[in-house]
Amino acid sequence: MRVALFVTCFNDTLFPGVGRAVVTVLERLGCTVEFPLEQTCCGQLHCNAGYGHEAAGLLGRFGRVFAGYDAVVSPSASCVAHVRERIPDAPHVYELTEFLVDRLGVEDVGASFAHRVTLHPTCHSLRLLGIGDRPARLLRAVRGIELVQLEGARECCGFGGTFAIKNADTSMAMLSDKVRHVLDTRAEVCTAADTSCLMHIGGALSRGRTGVRVMHLAEILAATE
Amino acid sequence: MSFQTAARETLADAQLRRNLGQATALIRAKRERAVAEVPDWEALRDAGEAIKAHALATLPEQLERLQAAVAAAGGVVHWARDGAEANRIVAAIAREQGTDEVIKVKSLATDEIGLNEALADVGVHAIETDLAELIVQLAGDRQSHILVPAIHRNRAEIRALFERTIAQGQSLGDEASAIAEAARLHLRAKFLSVPVAVSGANFAIAETGTIGVVESEGNGRMCLTLPRVLITVMGIEKVLPAWEDLDVFLQLLPRSSTAERMNPYTSLWTGVTPGDGPREFHLVLLDAGRTDVLADPIGRPALHCIRCSACLNVCPVYERVGGQAYESVYPGPIGAILTPQLHGLHAAPSLPWASTLCGACYQVCPVKIDIPSILVHLRERVVREEKSRLAPEALAMKGLATAFATRRRYETAQRLAQLGRGPLAKAALPGWTAMRDLPQPPRKTFRDWWKTRETPAAAPPPDAAPPPNAAATPQPAAPARDSEPAP
Repeated sequence: MRVALFVTCFNDTLFPGVGRAVVTVLERLGCTVEFPLEQTCCGQLHCNAGYGHEAAGLLGRFGRVFAGYDAVVSPSASCVAHVRERIPDAPHVYELTEFLVDRLGVEDVGASFAHRVTLHPTCHSLRLLGIGDRPARLLRAVRGIELVQLEGARECCGFGGTFAIKNADTSMAMLSDKVRHVLDTRAEVCTAADTSCLMHIGGALSRGRTGVRVMHLAEILAATE
Repeated sequence: MSFQTAARETLADAQLRRNLGQATALIRAKRERAVAEVPDWEALRDAGEAIKAHALATLPEQLERLQAAVAAAGGVVHWARDGAEANRIVAAIAREQGTDEVIKVKSLATDEIGLNEALADVGVHAIETDLAELIVQLAGDRQSHILVPAIHRNRAEIRALFERTIAQGQSLGDEASAIAEAARLHLRAKFLSVPVAVSGANFAIAETGTIGVVESEGNGRMCLTLPRVLITVMGIEKVLPAWEDLDVFLQLLPRSSTAERMNPYTSLWTGVTPGDGPREFHLVLLDAGRTDVLADPIGRPALHCIRCSACLNVCPVYERVGGQAYESVYPGPIGAILTPQLHGLHAAPSLPWASTLCGACYQVCPVKIDIPSILVHLRERVVREEKSRLAPEALAMKGLATAFATRRRYETAQRLAQLGRGPLAKAALPGWTAMRDLPQPPRKTFRDWWKTRETPAAAPPPDAAPPPNAAATPQPAAPARDSEPAP
């Protein structure tokens, strides 16, 4: 199967490892991955910050760049939700776990990762996309993994795009509770289907020198260590 | 004060954080159980939404029907364009009765228009009879929750307050029942002697002229039946077309608000009944910005709200900052979309951003108000109507959109971000690193890696058939015009 990767501007610029991991997983499963170099940003940041006009231009561009592909796969639940909600006739845009579980019908992607891991399910995964337990099902099939339940998992981590900056104090209060729950699991790794939440959670884990790291779900699914 | 500034203060209050965290966690769990018991809950939500949408779409007609039915049943209907007008109407009726006290059923509409203060100005003392409202009133405090206005206070604080005010010289002990008894004794004397009561309304049925109030303490029933004169102040959006609509809302409201299957006191009355209840009934229909909200098709569903407060209880922002940070009678997610619409965007320009758009509120709303979408809509309106186009944020957003509009500019912006400069870095840095580490931008972007990686041997797995159109590689149908030539 040939698929287009929508890596998102965020991963492209700051977390290239996430994009590489998606490519690894998809190619391992027999997909031919294309990366349209014309892609930039879907406009989610602008839209949610109140700059709908600017977002509309970027959404239009997204539609043009990815027109003609049967499947577009992205490692960002929130960007996929944004595109799906605002371009109803968009090409088939899938969040990575949706694509793996629903389109490819795979839960065991052949990964092994012998670490204690906890999953933050992310608000947009749960409530906008409704991807449910797909991430957990994929993780449970990873060899050697010890997946531990996160208390208060469904609660927002406090990122919220510009919220993290505009309402930094409230954002931090929410993040403190999320971090406390992560530390309570004694996991080595906190994972999620969105890098933005992970940058936020990881930023605090790192600032607190907790020794716990964050990894995008795709990076665990790509691992064969 | 902006939400950010107010929140910074309340976030620092450890007692408040503890009280709110415990109270909201408890009510969240109870609501989830109460809702799970109802097999057709989603159908009920759909019905609630549809009834409200229809009522608002036909509002002039419904209000005229309501007025006619109330008048036919012996009530008097007053129309108030704004809060000041409503306050004048209530004050005039109270003074006509020669009383210097009125008793009140908990009412958000009268809090919204500052009725108590307006009555005080003409020498009439309004006595709150809901326990939590009484606590707030005695403490000279502000409400912090739609349903549980004193949610930010714990038992010890309330006991100390009562021992200072209505139970002076007594020691009330630690039992909740003893503390409540002090309030009961204080209020009982008022129920039996004050000749005028003021209430809000949960519902008003256009078909029959019936007004409905639901409550849990019985204080409402006392106010609605004992005094000689009853005045109900009601936002015009509370009207329901038909009697049978109550079937839906009397199921949705208690489970969503107090997590009860049925609420303890449901009072329904139609005009005046000789020999039973008040001898005079006045209904004040309050606009106060509601027709403006109605005019905005995207913001309008905010008027569907039945004031259950489920959205407050699930909101992670509300749970941490408390209601007072919203500086409005309507706090939490619903307040963030209602206050700026009722009072004007200029009055609360920071509230639409008081949310991470996590969507928990929309999921629990019994009338399915898409609060996150309305928040985004209001953000757009604030940006368009209230903010300078030259504000740093507007320029940064514009700059980012311009940078993202072509591949060439986007890749240049990535280079600058790697050097810690340019629109990408500028948009991300401020406010972030004060509390969180920011990852170093990597030396190679994903696209750098993609362009240079060795193309894997296009070897499909043995069991996979070759793609049907293997030769015809799908290409972007309309490649953006700024394409650089392929390397």
